[in-house]
Amino acid sequence: MVLERYEPLVEDSEAFRAACERPLPSVVRVNTIKATVERVRRALAAADTDAEAVDWNPRLFRLSTDRPGNTWPYYHGWIYGQEEVSALPALVLDPQPGERVFDPCAAPGSKTTQLAALMDDRGTLVANDNNLGRLSALRSNAERCGVTNLAVTNTDARTFSLKPFGAPKDPPGADGTGSPAGEPFDRALVDVPCSCEGTVRKNPDALEEWSLDHVRGIAGLQRGILERAIQVTREGGTVVYSTCTFAPEENEAVLDAALGATDCRVVPFETPLETRPGVTEWNGETYDEAVRHARRVYPHLNDTGGFFCAKLEVGA
Amino acid sequence: MTDGDLAENRSHVFERLPATDAERTVGGRPSREAVLAWWDDRFGVPRETFAEHTFWEKGAGKLWAYAGDAPDPADLEALGMVFLRVRQEHWKPTTDAVQRFGRAATRNAIELDGAAARRFVAGEDQELPWDGDWGYLIAVHRPPGREGDRPEPLGVGLYVHGELRSQIPKGRRREIDRAER
Repeated sequence: MVLERYEPLVEDSEAFRAACERPLPSVVRVNTIKATVERVRRALAAADTDAEAVDWNPRLFRLSTDRPGNTWPYYHGWIYGQEEVSALPALVLDPQPGERVFDPCAAPGSKTTQLAALMDDRGTLVANDNNLGRLSALRSNAERCGVTNLAVTNTDARTFSLKPFGAPKDPPGADGTGSPAGEPFDRALVDVPCSCEGTVRKNPDALEEWSLDHVRGIAGLQRGILERAIQVTREGGTVVYSTCTFAPEENEAVLDAALGATDCRVVPFETPLETRPGVTEWNGETYDEAVRHARRVYPHLNDTGGFFCAKLEVGA
Repeated sequence: MTDGDLAENRSHVFERLPATDAERTVGGRPSREAVLAWWDDRFGVPRETFAEHTFWEKGAGKLWAYAGDAPDPADLEALGMVFLRVRQEHWKPTTDAVQRFGRAATRNAIELDGAAARRFVAGEDQELPWDGDWGYLIAVHRPPGREGDRPEPLGVGLYVHGELRSQIPKGRRREIDRAER
């Protein structure tokens, strides 16, 4: 079994294994562009849907229904179905209203719409995905949530260009300020495609296609995406790297490569979740000590899916 | 200037709406002023509602409302939200636009009770009394648990001949669970 390879990394492998076998509750995030937490709480209660607030994030509710899509709050775009732990990286990125934010692997949009809400739908949120079909899902999800600060592109994130947003210094506006459209980003959320082992509680089939070749192949893609995102983020800007896999090849090894190839550093961050530090040794490989600042979330620690999250500062 | 003197709409890129009709360079393209006036005239949605948004056309008659920065023209897949269909006799707002901007509507908004609201979002047409204008209306309801509040927009209905025809796109239609009184 695939997950056995990670048992040396977790202290309590029995709890780890047991948690991976339990299904996850249905969780929704309040879309604060269209509704308040209180409004959603009352609407769910009126729908006879038990909603339990998630202690570490007041905008999340665990629901008693597994069909939140057939409720008024969903129809109105007040809620968005999102796995609890996947709400973490946008909070770590902490985008501010008015900033320029990049989401290179955006579809189908749970984290993108969360970023837009954290930005109060102000500023510029560039959402990219290489898959046109998935982009169409992203667009309809964003429009249902009432997001209007989104610019959507369809390219390979490894070669993403700021050109469609105009050159940084021109055209000079009539008022002499110039267009900020082509400037580098303040922040980027690099939530890459991965082997998805951490979603096994949601999709028990997630491990069926697993192979070490696939892990190695996708790690190359992840490195390319992360390095490009760092290049298009301004000096002093923030990049968050996240996956839903336990594989160090796709996590710490990718950070280690980015530290070697670009001007950035891995920085510590606070999280309300129970986590473990990034690992510096795996299968005979060693990684930069700084990857310890990354956080690993194992399913048994908070009764969530599995996750990996790192915060980087550019050019510091 | 007549439309004959103007450039044709380039449907594959985003181009910003001119501020006023006098500044038009593309035939058939409404001005920002005309769009603001339309929301105000038709629904009583105040102009300030769109103060933070720029308006763009991509695709024939498809208008987008966007809150961020972009060059003009912009070669992108999407920019903000599709919010209005023009270049047709009766302009038609989108479902998502009336949900986002239509809370401020004071006219041509038809309030539906619980059963009618459920039928409406399931995509059904229904016979309903209505004293106002025919044409595109904003359908609203008071969601359970929020009866005391201002009604919440559901989407767009076409009212003709005593019938409200739901314009909810297929992908947005829902059978709302009946547990909700």
